Amino acid sequence: MTGTSTAPTGIDRDMLASIVSADIPAESFVNLGIGLPTRVSNFLAPDRGVVLHTENGMLGMGPEAHGDDVDPDLVNAGKVPVTELAGASYFHHADSFAMMRGGHLDICVLGAYQVSARGDLANWHTGRPDDIPAVGGAMDLAIGARQTFVMMSLLTRDGTSKLVAECDYPLTGLGCVSRVYTDLAVFLIEPEGVVVRELFGLGFVDLAAMVDVPLVDGTGR
Amino acid sequence: MSRVRVVDDAVEAVADTPDGAVVLIGGFGSAGQPVELIEALIESGATGLTVVSNNAGNGDHGLAALIREGRVRKMICSFPRQSDSWCFDEKYRAGEIELELVPQGNLAERIRAAGAGIGAFFTPTGYGTPLAEGKETRHIDGRGYVLEYPLAGDLALVSAHRCDGLGNLVYRKTARNFGPIMAAAATTTVVQVREVVPVGAIDPEHVVTPGLYVDRVVPVARTLAPAGGPR
Repeated sequence: MTGTSTAPTGIDRDMLASIVSADIPAESFVNLGIGLPTRVSNFLAPDRGVVLHTENGMLGMGPEAHGDDVDPDLVNAGKVPVTELAGASYFHHADSFAMMRGGHLDICVLGAYQVSARGDLANWHTGRPDDIPAVGGAMDLAIGARQTFVMMSLLTRDGTSKLVAECDYPLTGLGCVSRVYTDLAVFLIEPEGVVVRELFGLGFVDLAAMVDVPLVDGTGR
Repeated sequence: MSRVRVVDDAVEAVADTPDGAVVLIGGFGSAGQPVELIEALIESGATGLTVVSNNAGNGDHGLAALIREGRVRKMICSFPRQSDSWCFDEKYRAGEIELELVPQGNLAERIRAAGAGIGAFFTPTGYGTPLAEGKETRHIDGRGYVLEYPLAGDLALVSAHRCDGLGNLVYRKTARNFGPIMAAAATTTVVQVREVVPVGAIDPEHVVTPGLYVDRVVPVARTLAPAGGPR
């Protein structure tokens, strides 16, 4: 579906990251995906005790390292040098993914190319024949955490909704996404269907016209 | 008396690697990548290798150089595409290297299974996706799983921080990554370490990889960090 002529601007990435961070309960164990989700960490106040997991083998990851704090032995999943917080722990890759797959992480926040109305996720491969495929931990993360949140812009550059009836990009996981945070609205994937929790600068009818998926208006709940 | 040999010359430590060997190479990006051992492997001349590693090399050294030199027939990894993985990109686009893409957690568990004597396992990761196509699946308690097989190596190249004369290993921070599971999954495990200490100098409570998994140790003096050093 193409965009409307009066395209709403919605909220910016920092505002979106702050909204996601506010939905992460205190003392949760959380994995933030590479890219946009990493921004959520900027809004997690230390006194809330949220513990960050990085799948290359660490709990208690601190902020990005700069200057003298850079240590080649201490990187995050994006291979960016990071720091360790008091109470951090290290473990090997099989343990790291066992704690993920075993449902011990509370929340994982990921980016996406597309999310379907059933919560199917496509975020690892464009499917273009000239792209070298790379999956990393995307498939493990998608199905491992107790809840998987997606952060993305709702529309592609040409105005097509990335919340779709069926993903046409290669799938990362089936029925794994529980919430979709976008610049225009927050969607909850629930048994009754896709519920719109919040709208950013547009009305429900305008949103429903952009997205080719039946929506339930939950903004008054 | 230990079965572990401390070998000062990295080339000697990998000299018996046959062509066509399956080589498990530790590291996540540059962290924990046994660069000196990989360079010794290049010098040894072994070719037609199948390499199992999370990534497919960065920049022009280590694993990237092994690929650039045309020694790798097949790459089994989770994430070959990075901004500085031009050596792999070139070989892949030229059709000169085969790629088996494995989700990162399945890659780790397949390596772990090989070292732990597990015949195969059902994992939920990848179920319903293109990476499970052609694989056996099963529903267990209402959830879909994919059957995955162990991934053993003829040779494992691992980087650790410190070892003693019995091959007991201690790693450092996130450089641990694949080291412990790869050390257990290969017929011959060669480890480069920054420091060899006397037997008894490592607190047994701190040993991450017991020496029974280790065959050869190569001390390598490496600059640890641009500033600071070990903490």
